[in-house]
Amino acid sequence: MNAMDSFALLSNGDALAWTDLPAWSVDDFVGATGAEIDRGGRLTSFFGVPEGDGVRLVAVIAFDADNTLAVGRSVPFSGSYPALTTTHEQAHLFEREVWEQHGLVPKDHPWLKPVRKDHGKGPGVCDFFRVDGLEVHEVAVGPVHAGIIEPGHFRFQCAGEDVLHLEIALGYQHRGIEEAVAGGPHRATVYQMETASGDSTVAHVTAYASVMEALAGAEAPLRAQWLRSLALELERLANHTGDLGALAGDVAFLPTASACGKIRGDFLNLTALICGNRFGRGLVRPGGCPMDVEPERLARVRERLEPALAEVEQAAGWLWDSASVRERFEGAGRLHATQAASIGLVGPAARACGLLRDVRYDHPTGWYRFAQVPVSVWPDGDVFARARVRWLEIQRSGEFLREQLDSGPEGEMRTELDAVAPDTLAVALVEGWRGEVCHVALTGADGRLRRYKITDPSFHNWTGLALAMRRQAISDFPVCNKSFNLSYCGFDL
Amino acid sequence: MRLSAWLLLAPLLPGIINRVKARVAGRRGPPVLQLYCDLARLWRKGVVVSTLASPGFVAGPAVAWVAVLAAALLVPILPLGAALSFRGDVILMVYLLALARFCTAWAAMETGSAFEGMGAAREVSYAVLAEAALITAALALSVRSGTISMGSMLAPPAWTGAALLAAGLFTLLLAENCRVPFDDPTTHLELTMVHEVMVLDHSGPLFAVVLHGAGMKLLLFSVLLVEAVLPLGELSQAAAAGALVGGVLAVAAAVGMVESLLARYAFKRVPLLLTTAFLFCLFALLLAWKGGLA
Repeated sequence: MNAMDSFALLSNGDALAWTDLPAWSVDDFVGATGAEIDRGGRLTSFFGVPEGDGVRLVAVIAFDADNTLAVGRSVPFSGSYPALTTTHEQAHLFEREVWEQHGLVPKDHPWLKPVRKDHGKGPGVCDFFRVDGLEVHEVAVGPVHAGIIEPGHFRFQCAGEDVLHLEIALGYQHRGIEEAVAGGPHRATVYQMETASGDSTVAHVTAYASVMEALAGAEAPLRAQWLRSLALELERLANHTGDLGALAGDVAFLPTASACGKIRGDFLNLTALICGNRFGRGLVRPGGCPMDVEPERLARVRERLEPALAEVEQAAGWLWDSASVRERFEGAGRLHATQAASIGLVGPAARACGLLRDVRYDHPTGWYRFAQVPVSVWPDGDVFARARVRWLEIQRSGEFLREQLDSGPEGEMRTELDAVAPDTLAVALVEGWRGEVCHVALTGADGRLRRYKITDPSFHNWTGLALAMRRQAISDFPVCNKSFNLSYCGFDL
Repeated sequence: MRLSAWLLLAPLLPGIINRVKARVAGRRGPPVLQLYCDLARLWRKGVVVSTLASPGFVAGPAVAWVAVLAAALLVPILPLGAALSFRGDVILMVYLLALARFCTAWAAMETGSAFEGMGAAREVSYAVLAEAALITAALALSVRSGTISMGSMLAPPAWTGAALLAAGLFTLLLAENCRVPFDDPTTHLELTMVHEVMVLDHSGPLFAVVLHGAGMKLLLFSVLLVEAVLPLGELSQAAAAGALVGGVLAVAAAVGMVESLLARYAFKRVPLLLTTAFLFCLFALLLAWKGGLA
């Protein structure tokens, strides 16, 4: 078997010469991608790269058990190709996206329609799946919602109180981040990465910094890697705490809802203490971190971390001890592990289905190579499981911070990066609080970014929410939705 | 006098409930008189009416409000007695409340919104069980007192059935007034609402009427609960008045505590809870009917 027969392997945060990638004819490429997924891979990213008159397809597949990533590409082509979705559901949204962005038609794709853009009709305006029947009624929610949340449109097909089908139409927040990076990095690029999904600032900008470092053939200083991991865990603590509170609020359980809203702020303030911004903006830059944390500030972080962790333990305790809450959480929005695996679910939602998927464990980079966080898994796949995984991760992130706050390595915070290598592809995965954040960068011959692909965990997981709602009471939608708590802007980019 | 008492005191109870909830959660909470300010604000605003809606959209809340007020006037405020009292007034009260519900549901469907239709369907299906419980409770009291006039039915001498009635009527109060665990009055999530979603399209003075009507209904059920349970008739006038006020405040505090400590039920569970309320009232009826023979 020569090198061109198999996908090129690399590890997380690594770069590879574009010409070293195997290139198949598109039929063979789709077949090979399917074969790799069948071999235990997971489609992490799938996108098109325009070249000449045609477009190349690129697939990034993660082999979690082997700690490796596999990348393959097709030769440039235009027109149509056999859809991967027909055999591998996790390609469903990716192939729609490629169709929308490059006009490549996946033949026999079961549900080919726009992912984000409006095509002149306004975003989200398109044909929806309809269930016919005298007793069936349609409920449309959004894009303007009653709460202060992001815009998205949900179309339910209901029989009485039961949901038969839910279709989710997004795209209202499409800002064109990927397109804006082309020809870069520009001065605005790092700020655009920080706001790809505002609640995952640290995760996205760390992934961006990693690909830029990989392209430059450098690595951030250890102390910077250590600080990034602290910020990432603080981000996880803040968001998971907020989610537990919001879950309690959705079932009208006030004690936890009120307390967690406040404690989330405490965790955000710890991030602010480190870098001056509650969401970690300005903390991470390619090459390291711009500012150091002196021991006095670290001591204050440590001092304020303990009461916040104690309070969240108490607030979560009220939640688990309340029979009326458990009654609402258990069995609601159940997703089976086989479904979760076939649609490529990631993050806490996947771990709540019993799937062992955590980038920090499967593809460790940065400080996680030295300090491991145990993977938190719960088997049931319902709202309770997703809440429970969040609670386990709060505890483990707290434990991680307790251990690591005082054991940071000494040294520089930032290295100067050389010019990026031309014609190189770099991949970085980061386990954000919501799941796997994947950034793929490809440079052109001029050493500028030619194609930049971001895959937010929400891109994988929105389908999971739609599946979880089948045969559920429509009144349970808010609590199911909150248990996934997916990003609209991270999806829309 | 009674009319103004009902009108003026109605917005007070929701304020007390909110204050209790805020205190339990460790917050300061909105002022107790917040609802009065809200009503004044809404009254000054304009009304947006859907082009699809028939006059029923406006008439619904208005008729419902009048019906609740009329029902309230039938309830005797001990020791003053009711504004109107006649034989069988309890039956009229039950029907007036049902009329109010019908009008709200009717107005909700006027705009053709999927949410409001859902809310109306939920409200009406709850009502089937809730009304059975209310009628059974009324029946228990009338069997006990041997009359069907509220003036003499209420404030019965102390008896064991009172505890059963208290449990049944309190659950009924929570259901009829859309409180936790039946509904969540603070939620902004249309898909989970029952009562709130029915009035989603009403605005300005119309919405003020809806809110005020809800306040009156809550006060009505609180007064009814206290008078059905406590033996106020055995007390002196001043003591009875004090006990009534104290009882109503205690009911409001209890509602606040329930909302602070309990998550709301899934819809599928609600009929079970309402059936329990019905059974409480039914056993009170049995006790009133056969209790003397034992």
